[in-house]
Amino acid sequence: MKWLSDQALDRLRVAADTPDLSGTGYVLLDKLGAGGMGSVFRVEDTALGRQVALKVLGIVDSSGEFGARLLREARIIAQLEHPGIVPVHDVGTLPDGRVFYTMKLVQGRRLDQHRDELGGVPERLRTFQKICEAVSFAHAHQVLHRDLKPQNIMVGHFGEVLVMDWGLAKLLNAEIPAESNPSRKIRLQQQPLSDADTAHGVVLGTPGYMAPEQARGDVDGVGPRADVYSLGAVLRFLLDDSGRASKALSAIASKAMAEDEQQRYGSVEELANDIAHYLDGLPVSAYPEGPMARLWRWVVKNSAWILLIVAYLVMRALFILWRGR
Amino acid sequence: MAARSAEPEERQRALEILISAYWKPVYKYVRLRWDKDSEQAKDLTQDFFFHLLEKDFLARYDPQRARLRTFLRGCVDHLIANEDKAARRLKRGGEVQFLPLDFESAEGELQHIEIPSPGLMEDFFEREWIRSVFSLSLERLRQECEQRGKQMHFRLLEFYDIDEAGKELTYEQVGQRFELKTSDVTNYLAYARREFRRIVLEQLREMTGSEEEFRREVQTLLGVDAP
Repeated sequence: MKWLSDQALDRLRVAADTPDLSGTGYVLLDKLGAGGMGSVFRVEDTALGRQVALKVLGIVDSSGEFGARLLREARIIAQLEHPGIVPVHDVGTLPDGRVFYTMKLVQGRRLDQHRDELGGVPERLRTFQKICEAVSFAHAHQVLHRDLKPQNIMVGHFGEVLVMDWGLAKLLNAEIPAESNPSRKIRLQQQPLSDADTAHGVVLGTPGYMAPEQARGDVDGVGPRADVYSLGAVLRFLLDDSGRASKALSAIASKAMAEDEQQRYGSVEELANDIAHYLDGLPVSAYPEGPMARLWRWVVKNSAWILLIVAYLVMRALFILWRGR
Repeated sequence: MAARSAEPEERQRALEILISAYWKPVYKYVRLRWDKDSEQAKDLTQDFFFHLLEKDFLARYDPQRARLRTFLRGCVDHLIANEDKAARRLKRGGEVQFLPLDFESAEGELQHIEIPSPGLMEDFFEREWIRSVFSLSLERLRQECEQRGKQMHFRLLEFYDIDEAGKELTYEQVGQRFELKTSDVTNYLAYARREFRRIVLEQLREMTGSEEEFRREVQTLLGVDAP
């Protein structure tokens, strides 16, 4: 028996994990990463001559359960046609029986690796608004993400934002109407109401970004406000370095992350509205202001006009003094 | 796990697979962790598997509490720490049919291995287990390829992923070396790798007793992240 060097071991591990794409119309280029249920590879779509990302089950799927889940994930994403959600192109089965799907190859970086390059508070908040738009769109289509965190958000080179990894998504209804043809309905199996089943027996969500009701395994109790909680944690992450958060922004994040879900924003849209108000220098619902704070915010918002008026008055006064001599 | 099965034939077969995969890691571990010489390590390895077979060590194994590797390593440590060589050797008789253990090859392999620090013995044991499982799987793949007349498929895998593992050869270069078209190299390698993966998974299936344990071992062996 031939001696296997450490290099050979590593090579064989990769070889055994590498999907056999023969007969699929895709050519393997390289591995992009692994997580959730499977590994993601950069492949070339030979028919269209473009690169796409291919996600394939990394684990063994003797029962077919994981293949069904990956297919379900692909179908959920396919229903969510939105600029902030990565589009799915194709689903299929490899020669070894593993299910795969292909999606747009996102050129960009993960939010957790990109935060420092986003710029100041306004730029960061605008990025956050785009995340909210994508999640709000999904909620409108009865889909909860349930694993929102900076690692699952990609920021493109032109500031575009994509919410990734819908592997833990939950359907609020068992049926999702297809947008293009409302009469056609894709029937997806409602997830069993247990944490273990929902998360393939391992982890549901990520500590620090997971709403308390989700962490408790209260699957029935997990609704849109669980994603609101996670978005609050993402907001806090965006503002957490170097004390950038003002009192109002801290209050917004705190309201989104309230332990009691009834104390949170009722929807992602409400959260996004508060952010928009903040950016426009308007009062936010999460932060009741006193008269001085209101005056100060008014001064800051109108500082350009105030400066102009003050400058005009000073000039006028100087002119009158000069004329009076 | 199958090695604890009540069915004698199934149990025997599973034990043989388990011993095939673990005897080299155990031998090397005894040599390095316990600083035993070759003869002592041979005896202790034989003793360990004698106990495994005769004393039904595996009955005490609980997959919920530890991985099989961790359990077996603990058993080795326990056995050596409490060794009573004379008594054990008396107990080990000719009644037990051991798999032929090629200690010379194991000893030869040790020459290639960097001695790990005491704190990294668990990693070492795991890596040697992976090496052992892959070696066995490759041997089976070689036999199957021969039976199916696909020797070139195996030869390419051996060349590309083992002999030249440290190099970044292109399929075109491999094709020139074996006088094959690049597309044939792609297809042959894809076949060999697919079959290698299948055999590795079958071996793991034999060595594990539950779906969860199986998946855990797949993750360890193939480096695939947990779902």
